[in-house]
Amino acid sequence: MNDITVASSPLRPVDAVVVGASAGGVEALLAIFEGLGPDFGLPIIVVLHLPDAHRSQLAEVFARRLALRVKEATDKEPISPGTLYFAAPGYHLSVEGDYSFSFSQEARVHYSRPAIDYLFESAADAYQHRLAAILLTGANQDGAQGLYTVKQRGGVTIVQDPQEALVATMPQAALDRIKPDYILPLRGIGRLLCELERIEC
Amino acid sequence: MPQTQRNDDIELRLLIEAIYLKYSYDFRDYSGASIKRRVHHALRQFECKTISALQERVLHDPTAFMQLLQFLTIPVSEMFRDPEHFLAIRQEVVPVLKTYPSLKIWIAGCSTGEEVYSMAILLREEGLLDRTIIYATDINPRSLEKARQGIFSLENVRAYTQNYQKSGGQRSFAEYYTAAYDYAIFDKTLRENVTFADHSLATDSVFSETHLISCRNVLIYFNKNLQNRAFGLFHESLCHRGFLMLGSKETLDFSDYSKQFAPLLKQERIYRKL
Ligand SMILES: C[S@@+](CC[C@H](N)C(=O)[O-])C[C@H]1O[C@@H](n2cnc3c(N)ncnc32)[C@H](O)[C@@H]1O
Repeated sequence: MNDITVASSPLRPVDAVVVGASAGGVEALLAIFEGLGPDFGLPIIVVLHLPDAHRSQLAEVFARRLALRVKEATDKEPISPGTLYFAAPGYHLSVEGDYSFSFSQEARVHYSRPAIDYLFESAADAYQHRLAAILLTGANQDGAQGLYTVKQRGGVTIVQDPQEALVATMPQAALDRIKPDYILPLRGIGRLLCELERIEC
Repeated sequence: MPQTQRNDDIELRLLIEAIYLKYSYDFRDYSGASIKRRVHHALRQFECKTISALQERVLHDPTAFMQLLQFLTIPVSEMFRDPEHFLAIRQEVVPVLKTYPSLKIWIAGCSTGEEVYSMAILLREEGLLDRTIIYATDINPRSLEKARQGIFSLENVRAYTQNYQKSGGQRSFAEYYTAAYDYAIFDKTLRENVTFADHSLATDSVFSETHLISCRNVLIYFNKNLQNRAFGLFHESLCHRGFLMLGSKETLDFSDYSKQFAPLLKQERIYRKL
C-alpha cells in the first residue's frame, strides 16, 4: 500500500469522529464505513451536503448498506457511542458541551446548511483533542475552517487525498489551509477508523 | 482541579452575564454552539477585536445592545413555513377548534409576524378568526414592531404564495394584501384580534389560559433546561387537551414533559396536553 500519511506522532485516542462530505460524498462515505462492524464503539457524526429536501432518506439508505446503527440526528439528543448520525437537511448541526446535539437555522455557511464548519467547530469545542475529523470529496470550501479549529484543539485531522477524490476542491481547500495529520485515500481512511476504535480505551 | 477555560469562552460567558445584569435578557441557557457563532458574527459586524470589547460597547450603549440583539435572536421567518404543517392544522386540528365557543391562541417567538398572519388567514378561511384572540410574543422589539406593521417584501410573498397553496389555501393569496412598490401590505383586519407583546420564555411567566400554542423554531436555540422551562409554561397555559405545535425538527422527546403531552401527529409536531 502506498497510503500517504504525514502523521508525525502516533495515533491518539478519541471519543468521537466527525465527517464532512459534499459532491461525490455518498459513495465516499459508503467506502469508508463499509468495513466497520456492528460493535464499532465510537459515535460518528456526518454532514453531507445535499440539495434541500424536506425529509432525507440518507439514514435509511446507509442503514441498509452498513452494519452500524444509523440515524438522523435529533435536536437535544444525547450522543451515543457506536452510532452513525447524519445531520438533518436544512439545519446546522452542532455538538454541545454535554455531548448532545443542537440544531440551528442560522444563515448558510459556504452556501450550505448543514455546514461542515459548523459541526467541526462545535465538536472541537466539546471534545477538544479527543476528536477525529475527516474531510472528503466536494466542490466547495466548507470544512477547511472547521479542520483548522480541530487541529488547534489538538484533535486528529484527516483529509481525503485530492488526487483520489471525485471532486478535489474541498479537500484541496483544507490542505491549502492546514497540514493535516493524515492525507489518505478512502481505503486508508476506513482502516484508520478501525484503528481509532481499537485504541479508544 | 477544574480545567482552565479558553479566553474566548470566558469572555462569552461574561458578555452573556453582563447582558443579563444590565438589560434583563437571559441568554444563559441558550445552546452554546449557536450563541457562540452568533456572537462571533456580531464581532465582525461591530468591528470589535474581542468579545470583551463588544461587552464594553453594549454595556455602555443601549443602542449597540439593540443592534446586538438582532444577531442574537435570528429574526427569520416565512409565511406558511412547512406547508404540510398548516395543512395538518386545517385537517386535523380545526375540526376540534370549531367545537369551542371562543379561542385563545399563543404564538410564542413570533419574530417578524409571518407565522401570525399565516395563522390568521387560516382561521379566517375556516370561519374561526372572529372568535379568536391571538397573543403573539417575542423578545425582540424590532421584530414585534415589524410584525405589527404586517408589511413584507413582495419578492418573498411570491414564495409564500406557493406555501399558502400547498397548505390548503382556498383563495387567491393576493386577496390578503395590497402591493405597493416592492412591498405587500397585509390586510389589517387580519390582526384586529391579535395582541403583540414582549414576553420571554426565559424570564416571564404565563399570562393567560390558551387552547393552542405554536412555538416554532425557537426551542432549538435553547438548552435542555430552558426547553423544560418553556414546556412548563406551555403546560401551565394550555387548557385540558390543548394543542401544542412545534417546529419541524423540534421534539418533546428529550424533555421532562414528554409524558405530559401526547403526539397527535408526530411527523407534523402537533401534540395535545394530557
Ligand atoms: C427563527 S425565529 C422563529 C419565527 C417563527 N416562529 C417561525 O417559525 O417562522 C425565532 C424567534 O424566537 C425569538 N426568541 C428567542 N428567544 C426567545 C425567548 N426567550 N422568548 C421568546 N422568544 C424568543 C427570537 O427573537 C426570534 O424572533
